[in-house]
Amino acid sequence: MEKREYLDLYHQMVVIRRLEERSAELYQQGKIGGFLHLYIGQEAVSTGLISVRRPEDRIITAYRDHGVAINCGLSAREVMAELLGKVTGCSRGKGGSMHLADVKKNFWGGHAIVGAHLPIAAGLALGDVYQNQKAVTVCMFGDGATNIGYFHEALNLSKVWNLPVLWVCENNQYGMGTAVERASAVSEIRRKADGYGMKSEAVDGMDLMKVREVSARLYEEIRNGSGPQFLEVITYRFRGHSMGDPERYRSADEVKTWLENDPIGIYHRYLLDNKIATEEELQEQIRLAEEEVNDAVAFAEASPEPPAEELFKHIFVEE
Amino acid sequence: MARITMREAISQALWEEMERDPSVFIMGEEVGVWGGTYAVTKGFYDHFGPERVRDTPIAEAVIVGAAIGAALTGLRPVAELMTINFAFSAMDHIVNQAAKLHYMFGGQMILPLVIRAVGGGGRQLGATHSQTPDAVFAHFPGLKVVAPGTPADAKGMLKAAIRSQDPVLFIEHATLYQTRGEVPEGDYIVPLGKSTIQREGRHVTIVTYSKMLEISTKAADQLAKEGIEVEIVDLRSLRPLDMGPVLESFKKTNRAVIVEEGWKSYGVGAEVASRIYEEAFDYVDAPIKRVAQAEVPLPYNRTLEQMALPQVEDVVKAVKEVL
Repeated sequence: MEKREYLDLYHQMVVIRRLEERSAELYQQGKIGGFLHLYIGQEAVSTGLISVRRPEDRIITAYRDHGVAINCGLSAREVMAELLGKVTGCSRGKGGSMHLADVKKNFWGGHAIVGAHLPIAAGLALGDVYQNQKAVTVCMFGDGATNIGYFHEALNLSKVWNLPVLWVCENNQYGMGTAVERASAVSEIRRKADGYGMKSEAVDGMDLMKVREVSARLYEEIRNGSGPQFLEVITYRFRGHSMGDPERYRSADEVKTWLENDPIGIYHRYLLDNKIATEEELQEQIRLAEEEVNDAVAFAEASPEPPAEELFKHIFVEE
Repeated sequence: MARITMREAISQALWEEMERDPSVFIMGEEVGVWGGTYAVTKGFYDHFGPERVRDTPIAEAVIVGAAIGAALTGLRPVAELMTINFAFSAMDHIVNQAAKLHYMFGGQMILPLVIRAVGGGGRQLGATHSQTPDAVFAHFPGLKVVAPGTPADAKGMLKAAIRSQDPVLFIEHATLYQTRGEVPEGDYIVPLGKSTIQREGRHVTIVTYSKMLEISTKAADQLAKEGIEVEIVDLRSLRPLDMGPVLESFKKTNRAVIVEEGWKSYGVGAEVASRIYEEAFDYVDAPIKRVAQAEVPLPYNRTLEQMALPQVEDVVKAVKEVL
């Protein structure tokens, strides 16, 4: 990997972090409505996974989607504008935080019903197989989604039809406020793949380079016809489930331990230790990221509200 | 024009569309090797092969969900639900995904998807397999819901549904498969979202669709012998709902009976009657009547089941009441 690419990955993670910190402030100010699920702490997962995809590979995720959007190449401007409900947002202000997408960048959303996007992911992969495209569909979901029926139907079909899907479970230890072991019959979630005769593995989701390495290998296997595979990524969300989470379900000590494993900090040290970048160069990336986010907020705030006629637009393609 | 059954008309539409467009394919339970539970896709598997006639597990959420995904990639899947009663197992994907993705993502996602589902009572299948929940699905903006009542409409509307850029729930009635009618050969298209006058008359307007078109037509034949001329408007499409021909007819007859197979509460009749009152109140000469299914889970026993379903006599009685 070129030095420029290393720095770009660092930049992406910092943009996500800053963008979400700012969005939390804007939420408190009442400028962002609805739900806001922050990805803070999990940045290395999507950054690693998506950094090795090819343009033809499809990405689909759940509602904790701000980071995934940035990694897929959406601008901070169109993400922030969507959070503020502006017509310049990636979904024209009609989707909000949980429904970011840009199909031209092969980012298929942003889905808010737990597990319901897994069957859709199977269909995206079916579309590629049917049209003889050698692409991989990457479907990300939380640990909580592995307990709902859609998970079973989608994984089963993907194996029966040998669909090129990489199922990625971001195990951040809690489905809202319920710990994995209180909700899932097996707490080592990757073992659920055994039930479908599907190959699985686990990776440390706080380490960008590890996520990247395993993802690159799995993409190639799937691209070469291995059929679907399952990757469990062990990670942690530093913030609550959404804004206004009292966090009664986890201890301050537990949170502190994970905070010491900040994925941006780990990657920062990696770049310094391996003499890939200097502290000054990384500070420069932080500065650029902050500038980008400031610009995005200014853009979003200055953007117009959707016009009234937008209300009845896009119900059908053929009105 | 050939006189063929509803089953043949639907099968013909599917076959011709698959021959015409390689992006059209079928997926569902027993659609392939078996030939379709209702034999609609008999012979398709041998002709089009397993890639285009895909047998699925019994798993409705992923049947509809995967069809959505495939449609997003530009294909035109026709997902078959063995019966509309099983659509409840795929409810999220029908009403929360298919109906919303285009709007919710600001128009960037396009789903040229057809969901075929067989509905209706009268075959002693018990409460869970005999429903006519059409109004439930028609409630959701973003989903086109159609239910043809003649073989010609079935062919023309299925072709239109397959060529549509929008998700369409195409509801077939199990007891209409043997109904025969004149069906144009080849490329015959009936646009979605257009109701039509199926029979002209001047005394009373019956608004109906699907299986109840047959029941209403029998009632009209009977009433004609007594000199009562009934005009029948076939909705064909529940969403979008075309009130044009309904209002036009009502303004002529000033009296209406709405006949549907589903339950009366919150149903098609309630919607149509309200719209007539809202848009043509000055033309109302008598309270609008609704004929619908008794408000019970449909029982197995044949006599009880028929008591619950709308019959020709119920329609005749209602027409006389509004006169």
